[in-house]
Amino acid sequence: MSDNTKVWEVFIQSKNVLAHKHVGNLHAPDKEMALQNARDLYTRRNEGSCIWVVKAEHIISSESEDGEAFFDPSNDKIYRHPTFYTMPKGSKYI
Amino acid sequence: MSLLNYTLRIADSSLILAQRISGWCSKGPTLEEDIALSNIALDLFGQANGFLEYASKLDGNKTPDQLAFNRNEREFFNLQITEQENGNFADTIVRQFFFSTYSFLFYTELSKSTDETLAALAVKSLKEVKYHLQHSKSWMLRLGDGTEESKQKTQTALQYFWQFTGELFEMDEVDMEMSKSGIGVGNSELKTNWDKMVNEVIDQSTLERPVDAYMQTGSKKGLHTEYLGHLLSEMQYLPRAYPNAKW
Repeated sequence: MSDNTKVWEVFIQSKNVLAHKHVGNLHAPDKEMALQNARDLYTRRNEGSCIWVVKAEHIISSESEDGEAFFDPSNDKIYRHPTFYTMPKGSKYI
Repeated sequence: MSLLNYTLRIADSSLILAQRISGWCSKGPTLEEDIALSNIALDLFGQANGFLEYASKLDGNKTPDQLAFNRNEREFFNLQITEQENGNFADTIVRQFFFSTYSFLFYTELSKSTDETLAALAVKSLKEVKYHLQHSKSWMLRLGDGTEESKQKTQTALQYFWQFTGELFEMDEVDMEMSKSGIGVGNSELKTNWDKMVNEVIDQSTLERPVDAYMQTGSKKGLHTEYLGHLLSEMQYLPRAYPNAKW
């Protein structure tokens, strides 16, 4: 693998209205090849209708050491979760 | 009889090139490219299968498998370019680029065939071939306009495969008959567009178009280069050694 190949993250939209979902990554020297490689690697079994590729270096991730500051405060705010409503009988999608 | 022969020619080119490309499986330059080439091989096997099924129906005697595995070298009609060895990656790409450009033009015309089966098979194949063309074109640009080494290897490959491009546009009596009746393609008319498409990519890749010289010929009569026999012996070994083998 030569020096100018980069890692790209791949997102596939499985159906028109749905959100693009992260499926994995790949190596490619530029955006056209990244898209072609994504097509070959991740849509061989008819998985998608649209592909996004993003250079991995352009993704900003939260750090695991920030975990507490980022996520713990929501734990004790139970009113943020819709647990105080009575579920209507037969409703499936909540 | 002509229609059977015509169908076999199309089937054989796909089948033999598929078998060739599948030699890259697990040996590709990168994982991504390994899968890309394997996908192309599988597409071509699929196309070959469609045309062989039709040929089998026209023949009335042999199954598609028997056509693929029980014919000898002189009974194969694939274009000689398809049987050439994989060589290095640039060789494989140049071979693919020449053939896919041709296939793209060929299937575009064949999809208008008065023979419904051939037309339907052409439409299906065309979708796949468009991608094969895009894939090989992308690599032509990157290899030609890449490093000194990749450029030189691609130019050498252009030079080698050029002698097999004359055959793409040849027409014998079978082609004439099929073309006249609206079933087949007038191959000689594809050359103008093929030249245009190939020249454009060669220019963009900063490569040089080889000068026309002696062109190889013979596949329409079952004459082949030294490489087909070896390919067949590998491809046909199992079904010939164990004729009733089942998965």
